[in-house]
Amino acid sequence: MVQTLDFEKPVAALDAEIAELTADPARAAELERAQAKRGRLLADIYKALSPWQKTLVARHPDRPRFLGIVEQLFEDWQPLAGDRAFADDVAILGGPARFRGRSVMLIGHEKGHDTQSRVQRNFGMAKPEGYRKAARLMEMANRFGLPIVTLVDTPGAYPGIDAEERGQAEAIARATESCLTAEVPMVSVIIGEGGSGGAVALAAANRVLMFEHSVYAVISPEGCASILWRDAAKAADAAVAMRISAQDLAELGVIDSIVAEPVGGAHRAPADAIARLGDSIDAALDGLEKLSPAELKADRRAKFLAFARAA
Amino acid sequence: MTSWLTRSRQRLTGFIARRETPDNLWTKCKSCGAMLYTKEFEANLSVCPECGHHERIRAAERFGQVLDEGWTPIAVASPSDDPLNFKDQKRYPDRLKAARAATGEPDAMLLAKGHIRGHQAVVGVQDFAFMGGSMGIAVGNAFVTGARAAIAAHCPFVLFTAAGGARMQEGILSLMQMPATTVAIQELKDARLPYIVVLTDPTTGGVTASYAMLGDVHISEPNALIGFAGARVIESTIRQKLPEGFQRAEYLLEHGMVDIVVKRHDLADTLGRLIGLLMRA
Ligand SMILES: [Zn+2]
Repeated sequence: MVQTLDFEKPVAALDAEIAELTADPARAAELERAQAKRGRLLADIYKALSPWQKTLVARHPDRPRFLGIVEQLFEDWQPLAGDRAFADDVAILGGPARFRGRSVMLIGHEKGHDTQSRVQRNFGMAKPEGYRKAARLMEMANRFGLPIVTLVDTPGAYPGIDAEERGQAEAIARATESCLTAEVPMVSVIIGEGGSGGAVALAAANRVLMFEHSVYAVISPEGCASILWRDAAKAADAAVAMRISAQDLAELGVIDSIVAEPVGGAHRAPADAIARLGDSIDAALDGLEKLSPAELKADRRAKFLAFARAA
Repeated sequence: MTSWLTRSRQRLTGFIARRETPDNLWTKCKSCGAMLYTKEFEANLSVCPECGHHERIRAAERFGQVLDEGWTPIAVASPSDDPLNFKDQKRYPDRLKAARAATGEPDAMLLAKGHIRGHQAVVGVQDFAFMGGSMGIAVGNAFVTGARAAIAAHCPFVLFTAAGGARMQEGILSLMQMPATTVAIQELKDARLPYIVVLTDPTTGGVTASYAMLGDVHISEPNALIGFAGARVIESTIRQKLPEGFQRAEYLLEHGMVDIVVKRHDLADTLGRLIGLLMRA
């Protein structure tokens, strides 16, 4: 059963009605009308999602996650563990895999799918070990000429005593640096939440893609609201002001393309959404594979320098 | 001593207020509360002679303390006035205008070139007085400009950090300054020029998680607050009191994130010595 978001309640009401009509063969015409109405309603709601509503969709528990995407799109995935210094952080997973005929290095956040796995994966909030593992794998990919694919889905890097103790800031900075050093194609996709430094550490890529209803921001809407409005309840306003939707980010030139989601969001038809994602990653890699190693690094450097209005 | 000064100050301020003389004759130490004669306090590099507290200082004061006489400013652009058309309780352009009026600075990072104890250097200073030193496009632009000026002059880039983090009013474009500045650091590395970071109080958030932690050498002033997440965020996440000295310079030294903790009076000597060694000069 898919969790219903507040703004989806009119759809849920129709769903209840449809269930009732389905049970009564005499009301087939009514059923058909109700189903058509539901389809239109869902499409209308999702066409007009506010940035805050998109945040809720991006955080939906049934949204496609790293492991589901691996299962559907990648073959021979071999997860590799550990940062070679302290521990393995399972909020970030990574390892080589085969993707449509080529070897790639696949890295990404995994939030978990139920209470136990969410706790185990710290809700996708990585510690320094996670970023150091990612940096290690990116460096390995660079050595062996493997394109890097990252899937970003995190509320942010973990804010905790242990994370600070082991240099969370340094680990994030080094991971970002590893993205920018690689001389292989790199494609990143924001699949759910792109939470601040914890996201950009895996997303300083040649091509950055976003699922249609995902969000990417410097701080969570709640965090921004509590600082600038001194009221976390103003999160919806903050979400608008910060321009965190895929559509806004495409307009600002921060992302290169949007991966369309099925009507009603990726959580309603994950397999369909993941298939579209696969085509988009494939197309992005195809384009980059024409560039030389030096050109790939230069392309990435120029792209990010441009954000500082420096050529 | 302190109480005498306090009493004198009360009398003085009463007297001074009537005469409309600037009331910054005395400075109260934010750490121990000692009343200090401002001129003497500044002559002591804004370090409290009573308790050793290093007060936050402005960019111009920093340049004057670190660089040999004859240093010159490097122009910085302010290329980004309100790219998102951002409004919270105030409009961002109004906040910028107020910060510019209050500081006389275009944005939160300033640059200068000159010499440190005879060794050529480009120096960048992030000024906490300008919107909490926050990192937006103008800061990223200044950083890249500074790194490239160092490359052009074939000298080190010395950067003093101070920031609450990214400038939220520039949204995702402030986040993009993390990779942007990292590219400038790579250009310095490619040119085999030292990038020396001096972490000052406070350095947190996206600034720490990018250019503040990518130096060849990390120096910090004593007791400077340095971290990724803010103390309140951590406390509310883990529902635990933070340990004494948490995220202070000495804590980072102990945990391997900082090379040296240096008192302000020794900074220029330390920087000069390091540059001489690394540049084999
Ligand atoms: Zn004092």
